[in-house]
Amino acid sequence: MIIGGGPAGLEAAYNIAINGYKVTILEKDNEIGGNIKKWVKLFPDFGDAAEIRKAFADKVNKGNIEIQTGVEISELYSENEKWFAKNGNNVIYSADAALLATGFEAFDARRKEELGYGIYDNVITSVDFEEMYKTGKILTAQGTVPKRIAFLNCVGSRDEKVGNHYCSRVCCINAVKQATEFKELVPDAEAYCFYMDMRMAGQFYEELYRKSQEKYNVNYIRGRISEAAATFDKRIQIKSEDTLTGLPMKMTVDILVLMVGIESSASTTELSRQNGINGEYGFAKSLGLYISDNLTKKAGLFLAGSCKRPLTLPETVADSRAASVQILNYLKLN
Amino acid sequence: MTETKKHFWNEYQKEIAEDNFFYERSCIRQSFFPGSETIFLKILTDDLGKNIIDDPNQHTCTGIGYHSDVVPFDTTMTVVGRLFSLMKDSGVRNYVPSCVTSFGVFTEVVETWKHFPEELEKTRDNLRKATGREFDIPENIAHPSDIIYKYRKELKEKMKYQLVNRHTGKPLKVVEHIGCHYGKIFSKHAVGGAEFPQVLAGMIEEWGGEVVDYPERRHCCGFGFRQYLVMANRGYSVANTKKKFESMKPYKPDFIVANCPGCAMFMDRWQYTIAEMEGITYDDNKMGIPVLTYEEMAGMLLGYNPWDLGLQIHQVQVEQLLDKIGIEYNPDDKFIGKSGKYLGEPEKPENLVVDYGK
Amino acid sequence: MKNWGFKISRPRAIDFDTADLAEYSKLVEKVPSAKRCLMCGACTATCSAGNHTDFNFRHSHLMYRRGQFEGLAEELDKCMLCGKCKMVCPRGVNTRAIIYNMRIFLNDMNYKNIES
Repeated sequence: MIIGGGPAGLEAAYNIAINGYKVTILEKDNEIGGNIKKWVKLFPDFGDAAEIRKAFADKVNKGNIEIQTGVEISELYSENEKWFAKNGNNVIYSADAALLATGFEAFDARRKEELGYGIYDNVITSVDFEEMYKTGKILTAQGTVPKRIAFLNCVGSRDEKVGNHYCSRVCCINAVKQATEFKELVPDAEAYCFYMDMRMAGQFYEELYRKSQEKYNVNYIRGRISEAAATFDKRIQIKSEDTLTGLPMKMTVDILVLMVGIESSASTTELSRQNGINGEYGFAKSLGLYISDNLTKKAGLFLAGSCKRPLTLPETVADSRAASVQILNYLKLN
Repeated sequence: MTETKKHFWNEYQKEIAEDNFFYERSCIRQSFFPGSETIFLKILTDDLGKNIIDDPNQHTCTGIGYHSDVVPFDTTMTVVGRLFSLMKDSGVRNYVPSCVTSFGVFTEVVETWKHFPEELEKTRDNLRKATGREFDIPENIAHPSDIIYKYRKELKEKMKYQLVNRHTGKPLKVVEHIGCHYGKIFSKHAVGGAEFPQVLAGMIEEWGGEVVDYPERRHCCGFGFRQYLVMANRGYSVANTKKKFESMKPYKPDFIVANCPGCAMFMDRWQYTIAEMEGITYDDNKMGIPVLTYEEMAGMLLGYNPWDLGLQIHQVQVEQLLDKIGIEYNPDDKFIGKSGKYLGEPEKPENLVVDYGK
Repeated sequence: MKNWGFKISRPRAIDFDTADLAEYSKLVEKVPSAKRCLMCGACTATCSAGNHTDFNFRHSHLMYRRGQFEGLAEELDKCMLCGKCKMVCPRGVNTRAIIYNMRIFLNDMNYKNIES
C-alpha cells in the first residue's frame, strides 16, 4: 500500500509489483503524477515533464497495481502486523506494509506579506511561472510582454521568520532554469536573479548557471529583496541591498517571481504525527540517515522521497528504489 | 483589498478594551495639533458615551528622550511605572496613550517585564523609593486610533459627511501613514499587522474613502528622533519624507492621515521645507497635500467646527479639502482664538501657495 | 535664500530605473567574458595595486556594470595593467581587457560631458 501517487510512489509501485506483490496506490488528486504535474520542463537539461510523467504512468500500468485516485488518507495505523489507511469517508484500505510517499507542498508565499503575493497581480511564484509557461507566453497581469523580470530565491527557505531554517535545494537551479526560459521567450528583456547564495551543487547546475550568464545575459544580484510594492502603473518596485557594491538598490520590474521553497505536505505532517515519526519542520523522520533512511521505527512503515526532506526528482527516484528493496526484504522475511 | 489579503490580516487582531480608559496625553501633540486630543476626548464621551480619565498629574513617558538615547531604559521603566500608578489611583485598568511612540514605549516595557520579571521588581522598587507609589500593569493598552477603529461603524452613523468628493461623487484618495512605533516593534499589537495595518485603512474605507497603496507606504516619515533633533542630520530626515512624497505623487492623493504625532507633523511641515528649499510641491496647484490626524479626520466628518479641531494650525492649508467634501466653515473665524480675540495671520511662505478659500 | 543649516540628502541607493546600464552592454561587446564574472574577488586578492592602494577591481567592475561612474576613472588609474588578475580568474574573465576598455569608455563619457 503506497500513499501518494507522485514520482516516489509510482517508482516504488513498479519495483514492488514487478517482484510479484500486489500494490495499491492511494492518490489524493484525481490524477497521478504529484508535483511533476505542475512543471513543463525540468532542470538541469530541460527534460519534458509530461514525457517523464507518462513514463511513470506507463510503468504502473500493470495488472497487479491498483491505482485509487481522489483518495485522501486521513488516518494511517497498524494492528496485528497489518497496516490500515482510512480516508475521509471511512473507507479502509489494508496491506502487509505501507509506504509513505506523500511528498512536498510549495511554500505559501502569502506568508511573506512584505513580498506582496496575493496582493499585487504581478507578483507570482515559481509554480505560477510554470503554469504560465504552459501557455507558451510569459505576460504581465495586464497582458503586456515584460521588459524586466526579477526572480527571488529563498522564499520560505533559509528564513527563520517563517520557521524554516533549511535550504530547499531546488529553487536556485530552478530560478536559473526559469530565467533562461524567460530569456529564450523574450531575448530583449532584462532578467535579474536575487540570491543569498547560489547553490549549484548538482550535476550540470553550474554549467547551466554559467550559460545563463554567458548566453542569456541573466543578471545575478547577491541580496535578498526586503519589500515589494505595486507602482502607479501596476509594476512592482523592489528593494534589496546590492551586497557586492555595499549599496542599497531599488528597481521596478514588470513581474516578480518568488522561488517558493519546499515544505512538508499536509498529509506528510499529519500521517507522520499519527505514527510518532514526525521530524523537523513537519517532515517524516526515518530511522537513520545513513543506512536506514527508508525505514521508520514502526515495522512495516516505510518512507520514500520528499516526505522526508527537500529532494530533486533524480534523488527521489533513487530513494524510492532504495525503499522498494527495503519493502521487498521486509515482505520476504515476514 | 483582495480576499487572500483579508484572510491573512485576520490573524493580526488585537484586544481593544470597550470602556473605562485612562488617557495619557502626548508631549508634543498639543502644540502641533492642538485640537486633536480634546476632540478625541469629546468623541469618546459625547459621541460614544465612554468613560475616559484625563488626569492632570500625568507627565512624559520619556519616549523622545528614550529614542534619542538620552534617557536610560531603567529611568523609562520607572517613569512608566509612575504613569501606571496614576491609572491605579483612578480605578480604571485600560491604558490609552495618545502618542504612537508612547504606545511603543508601553508595549516594550510591559513585554520586557513579561520576559524579565526581575526588571519589573526592580522598577517597583525604584518607584517605591523615589515616590512611595505602587502600580499595576494595565489589563489593556490600546492606542486611541485602535479605539476609533473599533467604533468606526458606530461613528459612521453619527457622521454628517463622508470621504467623498462632492463634485465628482467619487471616494477621496487617502494616504494613510502609520507611525513606526505602532506596529513595527510588535506587529501583534497592530490591527492588521505591520505590513498592511488596518487601523487607519479601516476607518478610511468605512467612511467612504479609498486607501492609496503606494510603493513607499511603509517607509518612515523621517522624524527618527535624534535624526531630526540634531540639525546636521535633518537633511537625512527630510530626504525620507521626500522619498514618500515622490512615491505617492502619481496617485494624486486628496489628503494624508497619520496616527503618530511626529509623522503628521513632519509630513505637513516638511512640505513647506521642500517647497522653500527646492521649489517642489507634490500636488498640481502648489498648495501641498493636507495632512490630518485621525482625530481631526473623524471630528471633521462628525461635523465639528474645523477651527475647533485646530486645522488652522496646519502648514498645508486644509480649505481645499474641506471644499471638496463640502464641509461648512467660516473663513473669517480662522484666526480667532478661543477667547474670541483675533490672533493675527501667519507669514506666508514664498513657494508653497497659501489660499484661505472663499 | 534662507540659510536652513542643512540640505536635503541625496539618495544613496542605486536606482536601476534611472542608472545608465547601457554603457555596460557596450563594454560586454568588447569583452564578452565579462558576463561570466562571479564576483569571487580572486582578482582583487591577487592585485598588485590593491596590495598597496585601496584599488578594488571587482568593485570597480561592478560599479561600472551598475552604471555608477562617479570617481571610477580615478580608481582605475591605480591599476598598473600587469594582468595578474587574469591569471587567477576561475571563469576565464579577461579582467585586464575590462579595465583597459573601461578606461577608454570613461574617457569618452567625460569627453561627451564636456561637449554637452
